Amino acid sequence: MSNVKKRLFKEKVAKVCMQLAGITITGSLFFIVGTILYKGAPYLTWEMISETPKGGFYIGKDGGILNAILGSLYLATVSTALATAIGVPISIYLNVYVKAGSFLERFSKLLFDVLFGIPSIVYGAIAFSLMVWMGIRASLLGGIITITLLTIPIVVRTIDELLKTVPVDLKNITFSLGATQWETAKMFLRYIKPGIFTAILLAFGRAIGDVAGVLLTTGFSDNLPKYIDEPSATLPLAIFFQLSSPIPEVQGRAYASALILTFIILIIVICTHLLASRQQKHKI
Amino acid sequence: MNWRLIKDKLVERSFSLLLFSSLIVIALILTGLIVKSVPLVQAEHLGKILTESVWSPLKGSFGFLPFIMGTIWVTLISLIIAVPLCVLASVYLVEYAGDALRSMVLPLVNVLAAIPPVLYGVWGVLFVVPLLGQFVGPLFGVETTGYTVFAGGVVLAVMIFPIMISIMVEVLQTIPQELKNASLSLGATKWETVTKVILIKAKPGLLAAVVLGISRAFGETVAVLMVCGNIPQIPKSFFDAGYPLPALIANNFGEMMSIPLYDSALMFAALLLFVIIFGFNLLSRIILNKLEAKAS
Repeated sequence: MSNVKKRLFKEKVAKVCMQLAGITITGSLFFIVGTILYKGAPYLTWEMISETPKGGFYIGKDGGILNAILGSLYLATVSTALATAIGVPISIYLNVYVKAGSFLERFSKLLFDVLFGIPSIVYGAIAFSLMVWMGIRASLLGGIITITLLTIPIVVRTIDELLKTVPVDLKNITFSLGATQWETAKMFLRYIKPGIFTAILLAFGRAIGDVAGVLLTTGFSDNLPKYIDEPSATLPLAIFFQLSSPIPEVQGRAYASALILTFIILIIVICTHLLASRQQKHKI
Repeated sequence: MNWRLIKDKLVERSFSLLLFSSLIVIALILTGLIVKSVPLVQAEHLGKILTESVWSPLKGSFGFLPFIMGTIWVTLISLIIAVPLCVLASVYLVEYAGDALRSMVLPLVNVLAAIPPVLYGVWGVLFVVPLLGQFVGPLFGVETTGYTVFAGGVVLAVMIFPIMISIMVEVLQTIPQELKNASLSLGATKWETVTKVILIKAKPGLLAAVVLGISRAFGETVAVLMVCGNIPQIPKSFFDAGYPLPALIANNFGEMMSIPLYDSALMFAALLLFVIIFGFNLLSRIILNKLEAKAS
Protein backbone atom coordinates (compact mmCIF):
# COMPACT_ATOMS: atom_id res chain seq x y z
CA MET A 1 0.00 0.00 0.00
CA SER A 2 2.87 2.32 0.76
CA ASN A 3 3.86 2.05 -2.87
CA VAL A 4 0.55 3.56 -3.92
CA LYS A 5 0.95 6.30 -1.34
CA LYS A 6 4.38 7.08 -2.70
CA ARG A 7 3.04 7.29 -6.24
CA LEU A 8 0.20 9.53 -5.20
CA PHE A 9 2.63 11.70 -3.29
CA LYS A 10 4.76 11.98 -6.41
CA GLU A 11 1.68 13.02 -8.33
CA LYS A 12 1.04 15.79 -5.83
CA VAL A 13 4.64 17.03 -5.91
CA ALA A 14 4.63 17.04 -9.70
CA LYS A 15 1.41 18.99 -9.75
CA VAL A 16 2.79 21.63 -7.41
CA CYS A 17 5.95 21.90 -9.54
CA MET A 18 3.86 22.38 -12.67
CA GLN A 19 1.74 25.03 -11.01
CA LEU A 20 4.85 26.83 -9.85
CA ALA A 21 6.29 26.71 -13.37
CA GLY A 22 3.07 28.14 -14.76
CA ILE A 23 3.01 30.88 -12.16
CA THR A 24 6.65 31.76 -12.85
CA ILE A 25 6.04 32.09 -16.57
CA THR A 26 2.81 34.05 -16.34
CA GLY A 27 4.15 36.05 -13.43
CA SER A 28 7.24 37.12 -15.36
CA LEU A 29 5.00 39.23 -17.60
CA PHE A 30 3.50 41.13 -14.69
CA PHE A 31 6.89 41.35 -13.10
CA ILE A 32 8.51 42.96 -16.16
CA VAL A 33 5.68 45.42 -16.71
CA GLY A 34 5.55 46.09 -12.96
CA THR A 35 9.28 46.79 -12.71
CA ILE A 36 9.14 49.24 -15.59
CA LEU A 37 6.02 50.91 -14.22
CA TYR A 38 7.52 51.22 -10.75
CA LYS A 39 10.79 52.70 -11.97
CA GLY A 40 9.41 54.75 -14.83
CA ALA A 41 6.28 56.32 -13.37
CA PRO A 42 8.08 58.87 -11.13
CA TYR A 43 9.92 60.27 -14.17
CA LEU A 44 6.97 60.33 -16.52
CA THR A 45 5.94 63.93 -17.15
CA TRP A 46 3.87 65.65 -19.80
CA GLU A 47 7.06 67.33 -20.96
CA MET A 48 8.53 63.91 -21.78
CA ILE A 49 5.96 63.22 -24.48
CA SER A 50 5.28 66.72 -25.74
CA GLU A 51 8.72 68.20 -26.34
CA THR A 52 11.88 67.50 -28.26
CA PRO A 53 15.27 67.33 -26.53
CA LYS A 54 16.56 70.79 -25.65
CA GLY A 55 20.20 71.74 -25.23
CA GLY A 56 21.76 69.64 -22.50
CA PHE A 57 18.94 67.08 -22.52
CA TYR A 58 21.44 64.26 -22.32
CA ILE A 59 23.06 65.67 -19.20
CA GLY A 60 19.73 65.96 -17.42
CA LYS A 61 18.34 69.31 -18.57
CA ASP A 62 14.90 70.08 -20.04
CA GLY A 63 13.20 68.42 -22.94
CA GLY A 64 11.32 65.30 -23.94
CA ILE A 65 11.37 62.47 -26.42
CA LEU A 66 8.64 63.53 -28.82
CA ASN A 67 11.17 63.18 -31.65
CA ALA A 68 11.66 59.50 -30.82
CA ILE A 69 7.95 58.77 -30.36
CA LEU A 70 7.06 60.36 -33.69
CA GLY A 71 10.04 58.78 -35.43
CA SER A 72 9.01 55.33 -34.25
CA LEU A 73 5.37 55.88 -35.20
CA TYR A 74 6.30 57.05 -38.71
CA LEU A 75 8.74 54.21 -39.18
CA ALA A 76 6.39 51.53 -37.91
CA THR A 77 3.35 52.85 -39.80
CA VAL A 78 5.07 53.11 -43.16
CA SER A 79 6.89 49.77 -42.84
CA THR A 80 3.76 47.98 -41.72
CA ALA A 81 1.78 49.47 -44.61
CA LEU A 82 4.47 48.36 -47.07
CA ALA A 83 4.79 44.92 -45.51
CA THR A 84 1.01 44.47 -45.67
CA ALA A 85 0.87 45.62 -49.28
CA ILE A 86 3.55 43.07 -50.17
CA GLY A 87 2.76 40.28 -47.72
CA VAL A 88 -1.00 39.91 -48.16
CA PRO A 89 -0.81 39.42 -51.96
CA ILE A 90 1.97 36.88 -51.47
CA SER A 91 -0.05 34.72 -49.13
CA ILE A 92 -3.17 35.09 -51.28
CA TYR A 93 -1.10 33.99 -54.26
CA LEU A 94 0.29 31.01 -52.38
CA ASN A 95 -3.13 29.91 -51.13
CA VAL A 96 -5.42 30.64 -54.06
CA TYR A 97 -3.39 30.66 -57.25
CA VAL A 98 -0.63 28.15 -56.62
CA LYS A 99 -1.74 24.54 -56.63
CA ALA A 100 -1.99 23.18 -53.10
CA GLY A 101 0.87 20.84 -52.24
CA SER A 102 3.04 21.96 -55.15
CA PHE A 103 6.77 22.47 -54.71
CA LEU A 104 6.52 26.25 -55.05
CA GLU A 105 3.88 26.44 -52.33
CA ARG A 106 5.69 24.24 -49.85
CA PHE A 107 9.10 25.76 -50.56
CA SER A 108 7.92 29.36 -50.22
CA LYS A 109 5.94 28.72 -47.06
CA LEU A 110 8.87 26.92 -45.47
CA LEU A 111 11.18 29.74 -46.48
CA PHE A 112 8.98 32.43 -44.96
CA ASP A 113 8.64 30.30 -41.84
CA VAL A 114 12.38 30.11 -41.54
CA LEU A 115 12.87 33.81 -42.31
CA PHE A 116 10.45 34.62 -39.52
CA GLY A 117 13.21 33.63 -37.13
CA ILE A 118 16.14 35.47 -38.69
CA PRO A 119 17.20 38.10 -36.15
CA SER A 120 16.81 41.75 -37.02
CA ILE A 121 20.50 42.46 -36.52
CA VAL A 122 21.23 40.39 -39.64
CA TYR A 123 18.75 42.45 -41.67
CA GLY A 124 20.24 45.59 -40.16
CA ALA A 125 23.80 44.61 -41.05
CA ILE A 126 22.86 43.80 -44.63
CA ALA A 127 20.82 46.97 -45.10
CA PHE A 128 23.65 48.99 -43.61
CA SER A 129 26.31 47.64 -45.99
CA LEU A 130 23.91 48.09 -48.87
CA MET A 131 23.38 51.72 -47.86
CA VAL A 132 27.13 52.32 -47.59
CA TRP A 133 27.60 50.77 -51.00
CA MET A 134 24.88 52.94 -52.55
CA GLY A 135 26.05 56.04 -50.71
CA ILE A 136 22.89 56.55 -48.67
CA ARG A 137 23.45 57.75 -45.13
CA ALA A 138 21.54 56.51 -42.11
CA SER A 139 17.98 57.78 -42.53
CA LEU A 140 14.33 57.12 -41.95
CA LEU A 141 14.24 55.52 -45.41
CA GLY A 142 16.97 53.04 -44.46
CA GLY A 143 15.05 52.10 -41.34
CA ILE A 144 11.82 51.70 -43.26
CA ILE A 145 13.42 49.35 -45.78
CA THR A 146 15.00 47.22 -43.03
CA ILE A 147 11.87 47.00 -40.92
CA THR A 148 9.73 46.24 -43.98
CA LEU A 149 11.99 43.29 -44.83
CA LEU A 150 11.71 42.18 -41.23
CA THR A 151 7.91 42.35 -41.10
CA ILE A 152 7.06 40.79 -44.48
CA PRO A 153 7.55 37.21 -43.20
CA ILE A 154 5.37 38.01 -40.17
CA VAL A 155 2.52 39.23 -42.36
CA VAL A 156 2.86 36.35 -44.82
CA ARG A 157 2.87 33.70 -42.09
CA THR A 158 0.00 35.17 -40.07
CA ILE A 159 -2.22 35.67 -43.12
CA ASP A 160 -1.34 32.16 -44.27
CA GLU A 161 -2.52 30.73 -40.95
CA LEU A 162 -5.76 32.69 -41.35
CA LEU A 163 -6.33 31.51 -44.91
CA LYS A 164 -6.02 27.92 -43.71
CA THR A 165 -9.17 28.48 -41.63
CA VAL A 166 -11.27 29.22 -44.73
CA PRO A 167 -13.39 26.09 -45.32
CA VAL A 168 -12.46 24.20 -48.48
CA ASP A 169 -16.18 23.87 -49.30
CA LEU A 170 -16.52 27.62 -49.45
CA LYS A 171 -13.65 27.77 -51.93
CA ASN A 172 -15.10 25.02 -54.07
CA ILE A 173 -18.56 26.58 -54.09
CA THR A 174 -17.14 29.90 -55.25
CA PHE A 175 -15.25 28.20 -58.06
CA SER A 176 -18.23 26.09 -59.07
CA LEU A 177 -20.32 29.24 -59.44
CA GLY A 178 -17.88 30.32 -62.12
CA ALA A 179 -15.83 32.81 -60.15
CA THR A 180 -12.31 33.54 -61.32
CA GLN A 181 -9.43 33.01 -58.92
CA TRP A 182 -9.27 36.72 -58.17
CA GLU A 183 -12.96 36.79 -57.30
CA THR A 184 -12.41 33.80 -55.02
CA ALA A 185 -9.45 35.57 -53.47
CA LYS A 186 -11.66 38.57 -52.71
CA MET A 187 -14.10 36.24 -50.95
CA PHE A 188 -11.18 34.84 -48.94
CA LEU A 189 -10.13 38.34 -47.97
CA ARG A 190 -13.61 39.20 -46.79
CA TYR A 191 -13.74 36.01 -44.75
CA ILE A 192 -10.49 36.76 -42.91
CA LYS A 193 -10.94 40.54 -42.68
CA PRO A 194 -10.80 40.89 -38.86
CA GLY A 195 -7.78 38.61 -38.86
CA ILE A 196 -5.95 40.84 -41.31
CA PHE A 197 -6.11 43.69 -38.82
CA THR A 198 -4.68 41.36 -36.20
CA ALA A 199 -1.80 40.53 -38.52
CA ILE A 200 -1.20 44.21 -39.21
CA LEU A 201 -1.17 45.03 -35.49
CA LEU A 202 1.21 42.16 -34.84
CA ALA A 203 3.59 43.46 -37.49
CA PHE A 204 3.21 47.00 -36.18
CA GLY A 205 4.13 45.88 -32.67
CA ARG A 206 7.19 44.12 -33.97
CA ALA A 207 8.15 47.11 -36.11
CA ILE A 208 7.84 49.69 -33.36
CA GLY A 209 9.77 47.64 -30.84
CA ASP A 210 12.71 46.59 -32.94
CA VAL A 211 16.09 47.99 -32.01
CA ALA A 212 18.78 46.00 -33.73
CA GLY A 213 17.38 46.76 -37.19
CA VAL A 214 17.19 50.53 -36.71
CA LEU A 215 20.39 50.80 -34.70
CA LEU A 216 22.54 50.70 -37.81
CA THR A 217 20.20 52.08 -40.43
CA THR A 218 18.13 54.92 -39.01
CA GLY A 219 20.65 56.91 -37.00
CA PHE A 220 19.50 59.35 -34.37
CA SER A 221 18.42 62.96 -34.37
CA ASP A 222 17.12 65.45 -31.86
CA ASN A 223 14.84 67.10 -34.39
CA LEU A 224 11.35 66.04 -35.28
CA PRO A 225 11.48 63.76 -38.31
CA LYS A 226 10.53 65.82 -41.36
CA TYR A 227 12.16 64.25 -44.39
CA ILE A 228 12.54 60.63 -45.28
CA ASP A 229 16.22 60.96 -46.20
CA GLU A 230 17.24 62.35 -42.83
CA PRO A 231 18.23 60.39 -39.76
CA SER A 232 15.51 60.03 -37.20
CA ALA A 233 15.22 59.10 -33.55
CA THR A 234 13.29 55.97 -32.60
CA LEU A 235 11.80 55.12 -29.24
CA PRO A 236 13.68 51.87 -28.53
CA LEU A 237 16.98 53.53 -29.43
CA ALA A 238 16.16 56.51 -27.23
CA ILE A 239 15.67 54.08 -24.34
CA PHE A 240 18.88 52.29 -25.17
CA PHE A 241 20.98 55.47 -25.39
CA GLN A 242 19.58 57.14 -22.31
CA LEU A 243 20.01 53.99 -20.24
CA SER A 244 23.72 53.87 -20.99
CA SER A 245 24.17 57.35 -19.54
CA PRO A 246 25.81 57.57 -16.10
CA ILE A 247 23.57 60.49 -15.02
CA PRO A 248 20.65 59.31 -12.81
CA GLU A 249 18.25 61.90 -14.24
CA VAL A 250 18.84 60.65 -17.79
CA GLN A 251 18.55 57.03 -16.68
CA GLY A 252 15.25 57.89 -15.06
CA ARG A 253 14.06 59.24 -18.38
CA ALA A 254 15.10 55.97 -19.98
CA TYR A 255 12.73 54.19 -17.57
CA ALA A 256 9.97 56.66 -18.38
CA SER A 257 10.59 56.16 -22.12
CA ALA A 258 10.42 52.41 -21.55
CA LEU A 259 7.09 52.96 -19.83
CA ILE A 260 5.79 54.90 -22.83
CA LEU A 261 6.83 52.07 -25.15
CA THR A 262 5.16 49.57 -22.80
CA PHE A 263 1.91 51.56 -23.01
CA ILE A 264 2.04 51.59 -26.81
CA ILE A 265 2.65 47.84 -26.90
CA LEU A 266 -0.11 47.11 -24.39
CA ILE A 267 -2.58 49.19 -26.42
CA ILE A 268 -1.63 47.19 -29.51
CA VAL A 269 -2.00 43.91 -27.60
CA ILE A 270 -5.43 44.85 -26.28
CA CYS A 271 -6.65 45.89 -29.74
CA THR A 272 -5.32 42.63 -31.17
CA HIS A 273 -7.12 40.66 -28.52
CA LEU A 274 -10.42 42.44 -29.11
CA LEU A 275 -10.13 41.88 -32.86
CA ALA A 276 -9.22 38.24 -32.37
CA SER A 277 -12.28 37.63 -30.24
CA ARG A 278 -14.38 39.26 -32.97
CA GLN A 279 -12.82 36.86 -35.45
CA GLN A 280 -13.86 33.99 -33.20
CA LYS A 281 -17.49 35.15 -33.22
CA HIS A 282 -17.34 35.75 -36.93
CA LYS A 283 -16.41 32.11 -37.48
CA ILE A 284 -19.86 30.96 -36.20
CA MET B 1 -16.63 38.01 -69.13
CA ASN B 2 -13.41 38.77 -70.90
CA TRP B 3 -12.60 41.66 -68.63
CA ARG B 4 -12.94 39.40 -65.58
CA LEU B 5 -10.42 36.98 -67.03
CA ILE B 6 -8.03 39.78 -67.90
CA LYS B 7 -8.30 41.15 -64.38
CA ASP B 8 -7.66 37.70 -62.99
CA LYS B 9 -4.54 37.29 -65.10
CA LEU B 10 -3.29 40.75 -64.20
CA VAL B 11 -3.67 40.03 -60.50
CA GLU B 12 -1.98 36.67 -60.88
CA ARG B 13 0.98 38.21 -62.70
CA SER B 14 1.49 41.01 -60.22
CA PHE B 15 1.11 38.76 -57.18
CA SER B 16 3.56 36.22 -58.53
CA LEU B 17 5.93 39.08 -59.30
CA LEU B 18 5.78 40.09 -55.63
CA LEU B 19 6.42 36.53 -54.50
CA PHE B 20 9.35 35.98 -56.83
CA SER B 21 10.92 39.33 -56.09
CA SER B 22 10.80 38.60 -52.38
CA LEU B 23 12.37 35.20 -53.00
CA ILE B 24 15.06 36.95 -55.04
CA VAL B 25 15.66 39.46 -52.24
CA ILE B 26 16.27 36.55 -49.88
CA ALA B 27 18.75 35.04 -52.31
CA LEU B 28 20.42 38.44 -52.71
CA ILE B 29 20.74 38.85 -48.95
CA LEU B 30 22.50 35.52 -48.69
CA THR B 31 24.76 36.31 -51.67
CA GLY B 32 25.58 39.73 -50.23
CA LEU B 33 26.59 38.21 -46.92
CA ILE B 34 28.78 35.63 -48.61
CA VAL B 35 30.43 38.11 -50.97
CA LYS B 36 31.21 40.48 -48.13
CA SER B 37 32.63 37.71 -45.95
CA VAL B 38 34.93 36.32 -48.63
CA PRO B 39 37.85 38.76 -48.03
CA LEU B 40 38.20 37.61 -44.43
CA VAL B 41 38.02 33.93 -45.27
CA GLN B 42 40.59 34.46 -48.02
CA ALA B 43 42.96 36.31 -45.71
CA GLU B 44 42.76 33.74 -42.96
CA HIS B 45 41.92 30.10 -42.79
CA LEU B 46 38.29 29.42 -41.89
CA GLY B 47 39.21 26.95 -39.16
CA LYS B 48 41.57 29.50 -37.64
CA ILE B 49 38.91 32.21 -37.57
CA LEU B 50 36.48 29.97 -35.74
CA THR B 51 38.94 28.63 -33.16
CA GLU B 52 41.26 31.59 -32.57
CA SER B 53 40.52 33.35 -29.30
CA VAL B 54 42.23 36.72 -29.83
CA TRP B 55 40.00 39.52 -31.13
CA SER B 56 42.14 42.48 -32.03
CA PRO B 57 41.10 44.01 -35.36
CA LEU B 58 43.81 46.67 -35.26
CA LYS B 59 46.47 43.97 -35.32
CA GLY B 60 44.53 42.07 -37.92
CA SER B 61 43.57 39.11 -35.79
CA PHE B 62 39.94 38.12 -35.91
CA GLY B 63 39.29 35.25 -33.51
CA PHE B 64 35.62 34.46 -33.27
CA LEU B 65 35.88 31.90 -30.49
CA PRO B 66 35.07 34.30 -27.59
CA PHE B 67 31.91 35.46 -29.35
CA ILE B 68 30.82 31.98 -30.35
CA MET B 69 31.41 30.78 -26.80
CA GLY B 70 29.59 33.82 -25.41
CA THR B 71 26.58 33.04 -27.57
CA ILE B 72 26.66 29.35 -26.61
CA TRP B 73 26.89 30.19 -22.89
CA VAL B 74 23.91 32.54 -22.82
CA THR B 75 21.87 30.20 -25.01
CA LEU B 76 22.62 27.17 -22.82
CA ILE B 77 21.84 29.03 -19.60
CA SER B 78 18.55 30.24 -21.03
CA LEU B 79 17.66 26.68 -22.08
CA ILE B 80 18.54 25.24 -18.66
CA ILE B 81 16.09 27.71 -17.12
CA ALA B 82 13.38 27.77 -19.75
CA VAL B 83 13.02 24.18 -21.00
CA PRO B 84 11.96 22.49 -17.72
CA LEU B 85 9.67 25.38 -16.81
CA CYS B 86 8.02 25.41 -20.23
CA VAL B 87 7.55 21.63 -20.39
CA LEU B 88 5.99 21.56 -16.93
CA ALA B 89 3.78 24.55 -17.58
CA SER B 90 2.59 23.28 -20.98
CA VAL B 91 1.79 19.85 -19.57
CA TYR B 92 -0.17 21.52 -16.81
CA LEU B 93 -2.06 23.72 -19.23
CA VAL B 94 -2.99 20.83 -21.52
CA GLU B 95 -3.54 17.95 -19.10
CA TYR B 96 -4.56 19.48 -15.78
CA ALA B 97 -5.90 22.98 -16.27
CA GLY B 98 -9.49 23.71 -17.19
CA ASP B 99 -10.54 25.59 -20.29
CA ALA B 100 -11.02 28.82 -18.37
CA LEU B 101 -7.49 28.85 -16.99
CA ARG B 102 -5.98 27.86 -20.34
CA SER B 103 -7.80 30.56 -22.25
CA MET B 104 -6.60 33.07 -19.69
CA VAL B 105 -2.94 32.03 -19.51
CA LEU B 106 -2.19 31.51 -23.22
CA PRO B 107 -3.07 35.09 -24.26
CA LEU B 108 -0.93 36.37 -21.39
CA VAL B 109 2.00 34.31 -22.62
CA ASN B 110 1.43 35.83 -26.05
CA VAL B 111 1.69 39.29 -24.55
CA LEU B 112 5.14 38.26 -23.39
CA ALA B 113 5.98 37.64 -27.05
CA ALA B 114 4.83 41.14 -27.99
CA ILE B 115 7.13 42.91 -25.54
CA PRO B 116 10.05 44.42 -27.47
CA PRO B 117 13.60 43.25 -26.72
CA VAL B 118 14.69 46.64 -25.42
CA LEU B 119 12.12 46.43 -22.61
CA TYR B 120 13.49 43.03 -21.62
CA GLY B 121 16.88 44.71 -21.58
CA VAL B 122 15.63 47.49 -19.31
CA TRP B 123 14.11 44.89 -17.00
CA GLY B 124 17.40 42.99 -17.03
CA VAL B 125 19.35 46.11 -16.06
CA LEU B 126 16.86 47.13 -13.39
CA PHE B 127 16.24 43.77 -11.81
CA VAL B 128 18.32 40.79 -12.97
CA VAL B 129 21.72 42.49 -12.92
CA PRO B 130 21.42 43.99 -9.40
CA LEU B 131 19.93 40.71 -8.13
CA LEU B 132 22.92 38.76 -9.43
CA GLY B 133 25.47 41.34 -8.34
CA GLN B 134 24.14 41.92 -4.83
CA PHE B 135 22.56 38.64 -3.79
CA VAL B 136 23.23 35.63 -5.99
CA GLY B 137 26.92 36.41 -6.55
CA PRO B 138 27.79 36.84 -2.83
CA LEU B 139 25.71 33.73 -2.10
CA PHE B 140 28.15 31.71 -4.20
CA GLY B 141 31.06 33.77 -2.87
CA VAL B 142 31.73 35.46 -6.20
CA GLU B 143 32.59 39.11 -6.65
CA THR B 144 30.57 40.29 -9.65
CA THR B 145 28.95 43.41 -11.08
CA GLY B 146 26.00 41.36 -12.24
CA TYR B 147 26.70 42.05 -15.92
CA THR B 148 27.31 38.39 -16.71
CA VAL B 149 26.35 35.61 -19.10
CA PHE B 150 24.05 34.46 -16.29
CA ALA B 151 22.07 37.72 -16.52
CA GLY B 152 21.92 37.31 -20.31
CA GLY B 153 20.66 33.75 -19.88
CA VAL B 154 17.91 34.76 -17.45
CA VAL B 155 16.65 37.54 -19.72
CA LEU B 156 16.77 35.24 -22.74
CA ALA B 157 14.93 32.50 -20.86
CA VAL B 158 11.98 34.82 -20.30
CA MET B 159 12.13 35.90 -23.94
CA ILE B 160 11.87 32.34 -25.24
CA PHE B 161 9.02 31.32 -22.91
CA PRO B 162 6.25 32.35 -25.32
CA ILE B 163 7.53 30.61 -28.46
CA MET B 164 8.25 27.38 -26.55
CA ILE B 165 4.98 27.37 -24.61
CA SER B 166 2.79 28.05 -27.63
CA ILE B 167 4.39 25.28 -29.70
CA MET B 168 4.62 22.79 -26.83
CA VAL B 169 0.93 23.30 -26.02
CA GLU B 170 0.02 22.73 -29.65
CA VAL B 171 2.14 19.57 -29.79
CA LEU B 172 0.72 18.18 -26.55
CA GLN B 173 -2.82 18.76 -27.76
CA THR B 174 -2.23 16.41 -30.69
CA ILE B 175 -1.55 13.41 -28.40
CA PRO B 176 -4.53 11.05 -28.89
CA GLN B 177 -6.91 10.73 -25.95
CA GLU B 178 -7.00 6.90 -26.41
CA LEU B 179 -3.34 6.62 -25.49
CA LYS B 180 -3.86 8.52 -22.27
CA ASN B 181 -6.98 6.52 -21.45
CA ALA B 182 -5.15 3.24 -22.00
CA SER B 183 -2.42 4.28 -19.61
CA LEU B 184 -4.82 5.60 -16.99
CA SER B 185 -7.00 2.50 -17.13
CA LEU B 186 -3.95 0.38 -16.38
CA GLY B 187 -3.76 2.15 -13.07
CA ALA B 188 -1.07 4.70 -13.82
CA THR B 189 -1.38 8.02 -12.05
CA LYS B 190 -1.78 11.10 -14.19
CA TRP B 191 1.85 12.10 -13.67
CA GLU B 192 3.03 8.61 -14.66
CA THR B 193 0.93 8.89 -17.80
CA VAL B 194 2.60 12.22 -18.50
CA THR B 195 6.17 11.01 -18.07
CA LYS B 196 5.81 7.54 -19.56
CA VAL B 197 3.33 8.11 -22.36
CA ILE B 198 2.65 11.71 -23.25
CA LEU B 199 6.16 13.15 -23.08
CA ILE B 200 7.63 10.17 -24.94
CA LYS B 201 5.04 10.48 -27.68
CA ALA B 202 5.47 14.25 -27.87
CA LYS B 203 9.27 14.14 -27.94
CA PRO B 204 9.88 15.20 -31.56
CA GLY B 205 7.48 18.12 -31.26
CA LEU B 206 8.95 19.25 -27.96
CA LEU B 207 12.39 19.02 -29.51
CA ALA B 208 11.24 21.24 -32.37
CA ALA B 209 9.95 23.78 -29.86
CA VAL B 210 13.29 23.77 -28.06
CA VAL B 211 15.18 24.19 -31.32
CA LEU B 212 13.02 27.20 -32.22
CA GLY B 213 13.79 28.56 -28.77
CA ILE B 214 17.50 28.07 -29.41
CA SER B 215 17.40 29.94 -32.67
CA ARG B 216 15.49 32.78 -31.06
CA ALA B 217 18.04 32.95 -28.26
CA PHE B 218 20.95 32.77 -30.68
CA GLY B 219 19.94 35.85 -32.59
CA GLU B 220 18.68 38.04 -29.78
CA THR B 221 20.78 41.15 -29.83
CA VAL B 222 19.93 44.15 -27.78
CA ALA B 223 18.41 42.63 -24.66
CA VAL B 224 21.47 40.43 -24.19
CA LEU B 225 23.91 43.17 -25.13
CA MET B 226 22.51 45.36 -22.37
CA VAL B 227 23.11 42.86 -19.58
CA CYS B 228 26.00 40.56 -20.32
CA GLY B 229 29.03 42.78 -19.97
CA ASN B 230 30.46 42.69 -23.50
CA ILE B 231 34.03 41.68 -22.75
CA PRO B 232 35.59 39.63 -25.56
CA GLN B 233 36.73 36.69 -23.47
CA ILE B 234 35.74 33.05 -23.25
CA PRO B 235 33.39 32.84 -20.25
CA LYS B 236 34.52 30.25 -17.71
CA SER B 237 31.63 30.39 -15.26
CA PHE B 238 28.08 31.68 -14.90
CA PHE B 239 29.47 34.83 -13.33
CA ASP B 240 31.84 35.84 -16.13
CA ALA B 241 31.00 38.54 -18.61
CA GLY B 242 30.52 37.39 -22.18
CA TYR B 243 30.17 38.92 -25.63
CA PRO B 244 27.67 37.17 -27.93
CA LEU B 245 27.91 37.37 -31.72
CA PRO B 246 24.90 39.64 -32.36
CA ALA B 247 26.22 42.13 -29.81
CA LEU B 248 29.51 42.20 -31.68
CA ILE B 249 27.76 43.27 -34.85
CA ALA B 250 25.55 45.82 -33.11
CA ASN B 251 28.37 47.45 -31.16
CA ASN B 252 30.94 47.73 -33.88
CA PHE B 253 29.15 48.27 -37.15
CA GLY B 254 29.47 51.76 -38.51
CA GLU B 255 32.81 52.57 -36.95
CA MET B 256 34.93 49.99 -38.71
CA MET B 257 35.34 51.53 -42.13
CA SER B 258 39.03 52.41 -41.89
CA ILE B 259 40.36 49.13 -40.52
CA PRO B 260 41.07 46.52 -43.19
CA LEU B 261 38.94 43.38 -43.10
CA TYR B 262 36.92 44.66 -40.13
CA ASP B 263 33.66 45.04 -42.05
CA SER B 264 34.26 41.70 -43.69
CA ALA B 265 34.68 40.15 -40.25
CA LEU B 266 31.41 41.64 -39.04
CA MET B 267 29.60 40.46 -42.15
CA PHE B 268 31.08 37.05 -41.51
CA ALA B 269 29.53 37.21 -38.04
CA ALA B 270 26.17 38.06 -39.61
CA LEU B 271 26.61 35.20 -42.08
CA LEU B 272 27.35 32.79 -39.22
CA LEU B 273 24.20 33.88 -37.43
CA PHE B 274 22.13 33.64 -40.59
CA VAL B 275 23.35 30.15 -41.47
CA ILE B 276 23.08 28.73 -37.95
CA ILE B 277 19.64 30.15 -37.30
CA PHE B 278 18.41 29.24 -40.78
CA GLY B 279 19.56 25.67 -40.15
CA PHE B 280 17.93 25.43 -36.73
CA ASN B 281 14.68 26.93 -37.95
CA LEU B 282 14.60 24.70 -40.99
CA LEU B 283 15.14 21.61 -38.84
CA SER B 284 12.35 22.44 -36.39
CA ARG B 285 9.92 23.52 -39.10
CA ILE B 286 10.45 20.28 -40.98
CA ILE B 287 9.77 18.28 -37.81
CA LEU B 288 6.67 20.37 -37.05
CA ASN B 289 5.32 20.15 -40.61
CA LYS B 290 5.71 16.37 -40.54
CA LEU B 291 3.88 16.17 -37.22
CA GLU B 292 1.13 18.42 -38.54
CA ALA B 293 0.72 16.26 -41.63
CA LYS B 294 0.51 13.18 -39.42
CA ALA B 295 -2.05 14.76 -37.10
CA SER B 296 -4.45 15.84 -39.82
